[in-house]
Amino acid sequence: MVQLTLPKNSRIGKGRHFAAPTGAKRTKTFKIYRYDPEGLENPRWDTYDVDVDACGPMLLDVLIHIKNNIDPTLTFRRSCREGVCGSCSMNIGGRNTLACTHGWAEVPGEQITISPLPSLPVVKDLVPDLTMFYAQYASIEPWLHTETPEPQKEWLQAPEDREKLDGLYECILCACCTTSCPSYWWNGERYLGPATLLHAYRWLIDSRDEAAGERLDALEDPFKLYRCHTIMNCAQVCPKGLNPAKAIAEIKKMLAERVV
Amino acid sequence: MSRYRTPLSRARGLGAAGHGAGHWISERVSALALVPLTLWAVWATIHLATLTRDGAILWLMEPVNAVLLVLTFLVGFWHMHSGLRVVIEDYLETILTRSAALVANLFICVLAGGLAIFSILKIAFGGAL
Repeated sequence: MVQLTLPKNSRIGKGRHFAAPTGAKRTKTFKIYRYDPEGLENPRWDTYDVDVDACGPMLLDVLIHIKNNIDPTLTFRRSCREGVCGSCSMNIGGRNTLACTHGWAEVPGEQITISPLPSLPVVKDLVPDLTMFYAQYASIEPWLHTETPEPQKEWLQAPEDREKLDGLYECILCACCTTSCPSYWWNGERYLGPATLLHAYRWLIDSRDEAAGERLDALEDPFKLYRCHTIMNCAQVCPKGLNPAKAIAEIKKMLAERVV
Repeated sequence: MSRYRTPLSRARGLGAAGHGAGHWISERVSALALVPLTLWAVWATIHLATLTRDGAILWLMEPVNAVLLVLTFLVGFWHMHSGLRVVIEDYLETILTRSAALVANLFICVLAGGLAIFSILKIAFGGAL
């Protein structure tokens, strides 16, 4: 059955509190999930009163400020700091997003809660284990499949066919959508999830690809594809403004087209 | 599951079942059919409430009424079976509980639907006069 409560060793306890430095004029409290896999302790919520005048406007700026000035043990992923790499995806104020493109002032409430992406195993603090996510992405073979001998120069594509990839190719695989999906929470080992299925559709409608039939064969499964119930959390949270639910609906339409 | 299985092997699992599209279409087609049938059933229920017992039996002996009521139950139970199947697949994790629930879902829907349809036909063919 579905697990509605956390296992005993995953229950989150109260952690440490870091007060704001004296003289800070404008402070904001950040409640951050902490977990150290090397310790024997349960995860905990640490709270940090941050002098927001001392750091930049984005949540990633706040996290970097905490790591540099308050608590160097805080662990999180980050790289490009401009919404291109997808490294700093996490759950902020109950919503999956990228810390680098989300301003702390945009999050309502007295206190801002930051936790790792839901449903995945936690490596440390805000770092989730994305192994299965990447393996699921690899399983749809996200590259061009052709049998026709390669042309001398390149595979040609009409501008109108190229346009069909807009709204799909921009996905940065941050996993915000996949880990916000309740169907993925319940059946994460079998359901491919919104991000992988968005990419599957990206290759299905690529005019240069010659394996649409095989790709559809590999998706026609009650669990791999049909766990999507159009809940739409994926489209709600995508930090790039994409709509994976629509891409999944298009795959379902293609599969229906084969039989009618 | 062996802990040395690679992530890709786990992600691929046993491969695609090769079905799902038919179920997906049948869910939508049965939902579509239920729109007029349900509207008719609401009207029929209100109408039946105004009739006496004998009047209700005679009403059900009309071929159009009997056929529409049979179809409402047939499509209703078919749709219920499809929907419950999705709920079971969503929430039951182990193969044993899931299989048992899927079989129970099938048996209960067929039994309830069979009983409902038999009852309608019995009245329609004069069995309640």
